[in-house]
Amino acid sequence: MTFKDLHIISMKSFSRDMIDHILDTAEKLEPIASGKTKSDLLAGKVLAVMFFEPSTRTRMSFETAMMRLGGDVLSLGSVDASSIAKGETLADTIRVVDGYSNAIVLRHNKEGAAQLASEFSSVPIINAGDGAGHHPTQTFLDLYTIRRESHLEGLKIALAGDLKYGRTVHSLCYALSLYGAEITLISPKELRMPAEIIEDLRSRNIKVTETDSIEEAIADVDVLYATRIQKERFPDPAEYRKVANSLQITTELLEKAKPDLKVMHPLPRTNEIDPKVDDTPHACYFNQSFYGVPVRMALLALVMGALE
Amino acid sequence: MSHEETPVPEIRVHPIKNGTVIDHITAGQALNVLNILNIPNAASGVISIIINAPSVHGIKDVVKIEGRELNVDEVDKISLISPKATINIIRNFEVSEKTHVHIPEIVDGVVKCINPNCISNSNEPVSSKFTVSTDGQRIILRCLYCERIISEDIGNHLL
Repeated sequence: MTFKDLHIISMKSFSRDMIDHILDTAEKLEPIASGKTKSDLLAGKVLAVMFFEPSTRTRMSFETAMMRLGGDVLSLGSVDASSIAKGETLADTIRVVDGYSNAIVLRHNKEGAAQLASEFSSVPIINAGDGAGHHPTQTFLDLYTIRRESHLEGLKIALAGDLKYGRTVHSLCYALSLYGAEITLISPKELRMPAEIIEDLRSRNIKVTETDSIEEAIADVDVLYATRIQKERFPDPAEYRKVANSLQITTELLEKAKPDLKVMHPLPRTNEIDPKVDDTPHACYFNQSFYGVPVRMALLALVMGALE
Repeated sequence: MSHEETPVPEIRVHPIKNGTVIDHITAGQALNVLNILNIPNAASGVISIIINAPSVHGIKDVVKIEGRELNVDEVDKISLISPKATINIIRNFEVSEKTHVHIPEIVDGVVKCINPNCISNSNEPVSSKFTVSTDGQRIILRCLYCERIISEDIGNHLL
């Protein structure tokens, strides 16, 4: 199995063996991610970070990952101050940056941007989110979190919140289907998981249950994965207001849960999780955020050929 | 006499000396076929169009084009809107070749993606690309960039 020069565009390209290898590699790199051990594994390598839309966490975790491995980071900076503002195509920008770097991390507002970039790049493209399309590195870090904080085999997981527009949960569902998870989907009816995804999961013999009641579902699951209801994805603000506060995780709610239930959230949160939950052993969303570093270190080291 | 017992009348069309007869076009798609073939702009001979003609399998459209043979790209496009069409190449009044349209695995630069936020709909130097599959009844196109699916009214999205 080699990952050298592999573009990371969509979770659909990854088999379970490939995912396991990435998660194993991340686990080995975790002491370096936390700064306990130093590394120069990617010394002399340059990562180009091109974010065409804002993201703090994903960008900073990629930058941290590269720096922890001794590499350098080249940032596109503000789009308004770049050649894109002069009308340069993404294809041209990629062909230029390709010459400056050993891998390119791309976030773009248009779906399919990472696929297009991969057609013009000789260095690996890592998709850090393309519109409402894919965000595979988020899925890798979610899987890593579940493996570290709970267990992937025989997992019972509830996904709650915006299951319609949330690309994170779509990719995660497909990835979890490789591990035979039981999935409960909790959302208001306006934000249900698209029917074709549920059909796909059932065709893979995955048990999927839909409900709008978080109280009913919480007692039986190992992981509760909450997502933000994304105001920006709603064409109609009135529709957003109807569902904005429909799911809330509180300490009272968690009294009904298994003692070792883990609560995850890709962050940023708005009011899905009461801050009082932060102090309970259930909260693992800040660990989840940290796990983005070793996972992205693993991906960078693998696609740049520094690790097999 | 019931409808089922009515004999299906034979379609009477004048024979052509050289050209193409596209038969068994899905009823209602003949005008889209003409669009694909850029007709009338790209034709110099007589064009005959038969719409809603009765046939043993229901109704169909037929297009006859004098003095022109279709290329592979054109046949691929026709397959997307009319997967059961047959292409008859006529040479010297005889059917020289008769083939069913072939549904390609990928179409490139043929259909516009319906997702306005797809990168293929921006000013990038790429053409739209779709993988093609069927569910037995319908043609299903999936954008290679954004993965949006088109399975209805494909004729309305042809480039």
